[in-house]
Amino acid sequence: MNPNKKRLRRTMMFLNAQKPGLIKDPYIYKPDSIMLDLEDAVAENQKDAARFSLFHALRSIDYRGCERVVRINGLDSPYWKEDIRCSVAGGCDSIRIPKAETKEDVKLVESEVIKAEREFGRPEGSVLIMAAIESARGVLNALEICEASDRLFGIALSGGDYTKDLQTHITGTGIELMGARQHLVIAARAAGVQCFDTVYTDLNNMEGFRQDVETIHLMGFDGKSIINPRQINTVHEIYTPTQKDIVFAEKVVKEIEEKKAQGIGVFTVDGKMIDIAFYDGAKRTINLAKASGVYKGDL
Amino acid sequence: MEIKRPATAGTLESSDCQVMVEAGDGKIDFSLDSAVINQYGNQIRKVVLETLEHLGVTDVKISIVDKGALDCTIKARVEGAIYRSVNQTENLPWGGAIR
Repeated sequence: MNPNKKRLRRTMMFLNAQKPGLIKDPYIYKPDSIMLDLEDAVAENQKDAARFSLFHALRSIDYRGCERVVRINGLDSPYWKEDIRCSVAGGCDSIRIPKAETKEDVKLVESEVIKAEREFGRPEGSVLIMAAIESARGVLNALEICEASDRLFGIALSGGDYTKDLQTHITGTGIELMGARQHLVIAARAAGVQCFDTVYTDLNNMEGFRQDVETIHLMGFDGKSIINPRQINTVHEIYTPTQKDIVFAEKVVKEIEEKKAQGIGVFTVDGKMIDIAFYDGAKRTINLAKASGVYKGDL
Repeated sequence: MEIKRPATAGTLESSDCQVMVEAGDGKIDFSLDSAVINQYGNQIRKVVLETLEHLGVTDVKISIVDKGALDCTIKARVEGAIYRSVNQTENLPWGGAIR
């Protein structure tokens, strides 16, 4: 398995691949991933120019550890195959499929990625895939999309198009997204892949943004798509475990390992009943704390 | 490559450059307008000429208005204009002539 499949992805920042001023130094804001967009952000008559810009940015700019995901054009457009050739040749880490609705969409992109890896001498499996779910059909087929390819590291909800398909609109309350959000997280977890929430477009409402991130964090999402650097810190802050969480998780991991050796299955930590079912969650908290740079323990 | 028709690529936004190409008269005719021409004029010219060499373009009139573009942007805009001039948008030689 590609070791990057499970990497930390709390923030994915969208950037128009056609705009040199945007793509030259986004790493200074430290998002976990950048999403270089060839699709909606790029005007129809600039699709060709955006690819040259993308290719040379991927080749020559050191993004300092940020994952470089490319959102290709839709599979119903004449652009997506050349988008993949350009992205893979440039050295991208991942390809995002827009408007994914079926497992066949994922397999189609996978086959072009494999061809491009061979053509440009990249190791097979080095380019990962993610799928954006933007329709009611996509939501209902989420599990088959998640399980369509070993390269697929996650799915993302695209709220704007999804709510149009549902014949509603973004309200700011999240009510219109509730069903899709829950369904996508469940499908992603069932398939063992990651799940990312849609963008929050009202940049002047940071309190609303914070509430939105707190909600999706509690729902189980791995991270959020973002459209502006000022949204990054809020997401990272909410996704960073508190010291209280970390200390408790450490105790749980250590106690489970100790008690297991003594043949004890159920016990208490700080007055709470604990058994083996808590182990993975506690390990996840420790790993997230390590990835967030706040863990100072010895696990 | 032979320039088939005049073409442009790029914008006049900050960190970008606009490149215009048209058929030359047997040689490379280069002109540059940049606020940093004294500091970076030679480097921009070098990047443009190298890019044209990789593409095999020897006969072109090329004009550039620079707004503080990095080398990677200059390459991208020169290639964008050249490939527009021959109307090619698919099966491009990524990593070959485009590098």
